Amino acid sequence: MNQLEILRFALRGLLANKMRSALTTLGILIGVAAVIMLVAVGEGSSRSIQQNIQRLGANTLTISPSFSGGGGGGGGFRGGPGDGGGNTGPRTQARQLSLADAEALTDRTLAPSVRSVSPVVNASSPTAAYGAASHTIAQFVGTYPSYFEAVNKPVAQGTYFFNDDVLAARKVVVLGRTVVTELFGTVDPIGKQISVSGVPFTVVGVLKETGSTGLQDADDLAVAPLPAVQQSLSGFGSLSQIVVQATGAGTTTTAQSEVTAILNQRHGITDDNPDYRVLNQATLQETVSEATGTFTVLLGAVAAISLLVGGIGITNIMLVTVTERTREIGIRKAIGAPRGAILGQFLMEATLLSLVGGLSGVLVAFLGTRFTIAGIEPVLVPSSVALALGVSVGIGLFFGSYPANRAAKLRPIQALRHE
Amino acid sequence: MSAPGLRVVEPVPVLRVRNLVKEYGEGDAKVRALRGVSLDVERGDYVAIMGASGSGKSTLMNILGCLDVPTSGTYLIDGADVGRLDERQLAILRNRRVGFVFQSFNLIPRMSALANVELPLVYGGVGQAERRSRALAALEQVGLSDRVHHEPNQLSGGQQQRVAVARALVTAPALLLADEPTGNLDTASTGDVLRILDRLSDSGRTIVLITHEEDVAEHAKRVVRLVDGEIVEDRRQAPVDGPPPRAAAR
Repeated sequence: MNQLEILRFALRGLLANKMRSALTTLGILIGVAAVIMLVAVGEGSSRSIQQNIQRLGANTLTISPSFSGGGGGGGGFRGGPGDGGGNTGPRTQARQLSLADAEALTDRTLAPSVRSVSPVVNASSPTAAYGAASHTIAQFVGTYPSYFEAVNKPVAQGTYFFNDDVLAARKVVVLGRTVVTELFGTVDPIGKQISVSGVPFTVVGVLKETGSTGLQDADDLAVAPLPAVQQSLSGFGSLSQIVVQATGAGTTTTAQSEVTAILNQRHGITDDNPDYRVLNQATLQETVSEATGTFTVLLGAVAAISLLVGGIGITNIMLVTVTERTREIGIRKAIGAPRGAILGQFLMEATLLSLVGGLSGVLVAFLGTRFTIAGIEPVLVPSSVALALGVSVGIGLFFGSYPANRAAKLRPIQALRHE
Repeated sequence: MSAPGLRVVEPVPVLRVRNLVKEYGEGDAKVRALRGVSLDVERGDYVAIMGASGSGKSTLMNILGCLDVPTSGTYLIDGADVGRLDERQLAILRNRRVGFVFQSFNLIPRMSALANVELPLVYGGVGQAERRSRALAALEQVGLSDRVHHEPNQLSGGQQQRVAVARALVTAPALLLADEPTGNLDTASTGDVLRILDRLSDSGRTIVLITHEEDVAEHAKRVVRLVDGEIVEDRRQAPVDGPPPRAAAR
């Protein structure tokens, strides 16, 4: 009595009830495919979110004013002709971010982990015009050249503006792709002059397209030297943001504490209630990947339940099979089948059901993950394939062993008398 | 058989049963199906066990076929004590020493006649080629060479029973047990099966069969009558080493 014979008996047993075997297999198939695909979708969405975050800039800290705890939420910090101090609010100690703050952060000894500092002012949605075309730019940024690298916005066409332009407050501008399309259509924008709220700016470059992130169109953007924007559009008020780039991925947290220390000192903050806040890209990324990890686990757990249900299906079918074929078991025992052969046959049947179901589930999942599901490109996680397949075979062995054991233990005469 | 003074070495009987008792149930509901049966069956004998239903003959047969265990008493096949064998050895015994023919045929459905006959050899670990030739030979012995690839539901009752006889024979067992082999058959098929049994007995095979029909019992060399779990009559109709009575008469 060798393994091959047992396999043949098991196959014959399964093929005798094709429909039933197929449906049981389907249960496992769905379970395995669901586990692999849902985990892949979770992984895919997690990666796309992380990519989006990385696109915002690497190793950067964004410092923006904060009026939390106080009542001074009124003064729009998106630029505008502010009065410069921010001291007019009820919280007298709350101070806006100033250019002097930004300069203080460039101190090499106090902040060695800081690579570059880019003060940012935002002009509030100015209207740009070129010839007959006009467009309201969602984000008009005045800043330093280091901004481009810090927020990861390379120029695709033309050049950046330079420190010279900043010092001279030249009215040059680098446009986002959306603005270019709106104003110029197919015309080459480089060297052309546009008027922004009546002030002429010369286009020197076009930013590389980044695609929209969420609700905002990241390409509906114009970047110009800080003093030029202050002179003509926002006024010499407070900064809306300071973008700080750290020297490396490992130093963002150090840079954050250095920046915090400097600003606390300058703003005279002693308690835990600063009048600014620091957004750390790395922390954000960690938080988001934690959240998406939980999401993936949740999806996997839901799928695992369907795998379990499939396993119970196998047990059910094997119990039915054993009951239905009790007489056959009796006959086999009466002509000398040892217990091991009966046990082996039914275990093999259960394992075959789950293995065939598992393998076709993997196949379906492989096919399914090649398509984009709800805007997410699934990423196949190899460990989930191994796990789902392993669990499905394990389920077959585990849930099949009870009915198989019951069949093998029957006394021949009991089995033969069974009707 | 062994006259005083002329002592020959007594051969070990194929079957030796001593004080076999089988009880079912507990307490007040206890039923004694066998009340101390002792019986020897020699090699080459053809024994018919007769009795009304409830006389315990089926119980006896199941114990002889190692399908059931007695409450007490000893049972030896070819000198080996069945009571001392474990599950594994019992399976080997059922496979090699005993061929069992059931009243209801008990072929495995959806398997061809050939596959059914091969089955005991599969469990006995016989190789594929030898298995096939032995199964074909056994089917030829029962005259079913032309029905080899038919499944049980494509065969008549008589043909099914002949397949079952072939299955019982294929391992060349020491003992062929038949539990009312003609109970479910019409007259013509009964004749076929009995002729096969006669021929097997004539070729020296040891057969024990159960019946309640007198004309089936007439084929046996020895008739044992069971009433209420006890042997009440043990009559020899033909010598052990001779042909069965019907075959001789023909």
